Amino acid sequence: MSAIEIRGVSKRYGVTPVLHEIDLSVAAGEFLVLVGPSGCGKSTLLRLIAGLEELSGGEILIGGRRVNDLPPKARDIAMVFQSYALYPHMSVADNMAYSLRLRRTPASEIARAVDAAAGKLGLEPLLARKPKALSGGQRQRVAMGRAIVRKPGAFLFDEPLSNLDARLREHMRAEIKKLHRELGATSIYVTHDQIEAMTLADRIVALHGGRVQQVGSPLDLYDRPANLFVAGFIGSPGMNMFPAQLKRPNGRPTLATPTFEIPLARDPPLPEGSALTVGIRPEHIVLGSGAIRGTVDLIEPTGLGTIAHLTLGGTELKGFSLERPSLSVGATISLDLPVSRLHLFGGDGTRIPD
Amino acid sequence: MLRRALYWTVHYLLIALYVLFALFPLYWLLKVALTPNELLYSEGIRLWPSRASLEHFSFVLAHSDFPLFFRNSLIVSGATSLLATLLSSACGYALSRFRFQGKSLLVALMLVTQMFPLVMLIAPMFRLLVPLGLVNTLTGLIVVYTAFNAPFATFLMQSFFDAIPRELEEAAMIDGATRFGAFSRIILPLTLPGIAATAGFVFTAAWSELLFALMLNSSAHASTFPVGLLSFVSKFSVDFGQMMAAGVLALVPACLFFLMIQRFLVHGLTAGAVKG
Repeated sequence: MSAIEIRGVSKRYGVTPVLHEIDLSVAAGEFLVLVGPSGCGKSTLLRLIAGLEELSGGEILIGGRRVNDLPPKARDIAMVFQSYALYPHMSVADNMAYSLRLRRTPASEIARAVDAAAGKLGLEPLLARKPKALSGGQRQRVAMGRAIVRKPGAFLFDEPLSNLDARLREHMRAEIKKLHRELGATSIYVTHDQIEAMTLADRIVALHGGRVQQVGSPLDLYDRPANLFVAGFIGSPGMNMFPAQLKRPNGRPTLATPTFEIPLARDPPLPEGSALTVGIRPEHIVLGSGAIRGTVDLIEPTGLGTIAHLTLGGTELKGFSLERPSLSVGATISLDLPVSRLHLFGGDGTRIPD
Repeated sequence: MLRRALYWTVHYLLIALYVLFALFPLYWLLKVALTPNELLYSEGIRLWPSRASLEHFSFVLAHSDFPLFFRNSLIVSGATSLLATLLSSACGYALSRFRFQGKSLLVALMLVTQMFPLVMLIAPMFRLLVPLGLVNTLTGLIVVYTAFNAPFATFLMQSFFDAIPRELEEAAMIDGATRFGAFSRIILPLTLPGIAATAGFVFTAAWSELLFALMLNSSAHASTFPVGLLSFVSKFSVDFGQMMAAGVLALVPACLFFLMIQRFLVHGLTAGAVKG
């Protein structure tokens, strides 16, 4: 188990910058998830840690050792790829044993390690098969097995569940979490799926445009997104956002939109007339009571609850309710945006502290 | 139902016609080779001679220089195939996997070599090979053939490497292999079909090459069999029977070679198309 230290890491392809001065530290045994939309640099960062790409600047330490100039094989890491990258001409057992063979581990020990990993992942009946004779979920498991037989200092996961169907993904997600609890190994996990990030991570790193947007526990990011990007990226259905202006009629701070006003409990340290972006999560919108009127545009029952698309003048909002409110399309309903649930973002998109 | 049957009948009929068309010259080659001289002209266009004999074969094998030409061809084609395949595997891998300075220029130059007629090159090539002492040698032919076949073979190999996901070598390198180890133990075994196809292609190209073999090597001891075939044409007559017998014999190694590699070949030619 190794801690990983990333200091001022940047990466350019030619003149195109992909990562800007990233600083991160991953504690030994921690499960860190890098999340962001495609092209945000999360996979590049993982590949830099693995040694599959060369740094343009900064340094990376694994277990206290500077690895900048070490080849992948000397970094004591294992990686699970999105495409699994199983060796097609080798059996499942050989795939798992390959890294140990390269290290000239005695055959008896290899057999023991492969059996142990196979047992953990339920792969025993498949050991003699070639990868092409396996289903997607089984291949994924073999890829995991190949990583764990080595007992590496850290695991790197590059969107390992993206090629699976939804149900299997959910299942494997739980298995990965269980496995991490059992092995306690440092893990860095790249995904574009915010649910995966939320459910798996000890800490999430939200990346966008090659910069770290926020680092924190999953609930930190959910409850106190540092900026508009994180607010919009984490959560499904996504956070509602609409523009508003800060006004102080009679000295009382109020958010004003063309169609409604919300009195604020506390006065943000901003001049009157500042343009703000207001965010509120769909589940925090109170449907059926309150001072604000909206029209129901569309109703999406999810089984678990109901998503209601609402229009308030020019503003479109999504409300989510676990109840099954009797709404009908086109009807006008009253609703409330509880002020304690609002997220305020300044003109530069960063959060205004509560 | 009837339409369907008709469709398939026509379908197979057309295929049969095509196969007949493609293979008929080979059949004629064999037929003439087996026809004794005295029947060759009298029974001209009969599909099968009234009496078949192996006399042309025994003459060609025992009393002509053909075994020598044959041996020369084997050496030249085998060595060319080996060299060009080794070279093009390495180049193809580099083109497929690495970014480096001047890559597009290199590719452009390699393409250019494939663009003009070989005839233009014969004189300069000859001038180059004379001072090197490579005229009238098998080595000279091997060098020339390798140079001419390597570019196309490189493109061929590159496409085979392109079809193999990069993650496989990355996984191997993380598992503990060096780049070369990942290449030789993971990528190479998976490219075997491609290598076989490339080797086959180069072998056939070298085996049937006439122009350079004729111009660069004028003495019999360094002639390959396509040149040898010409020796059956004399000023006043053409010995068709012996020529055809030699031709049939010349087909044998090419056929054997393809038989050997065909199980890779079929896979290789379709690998790019169906890779999931």
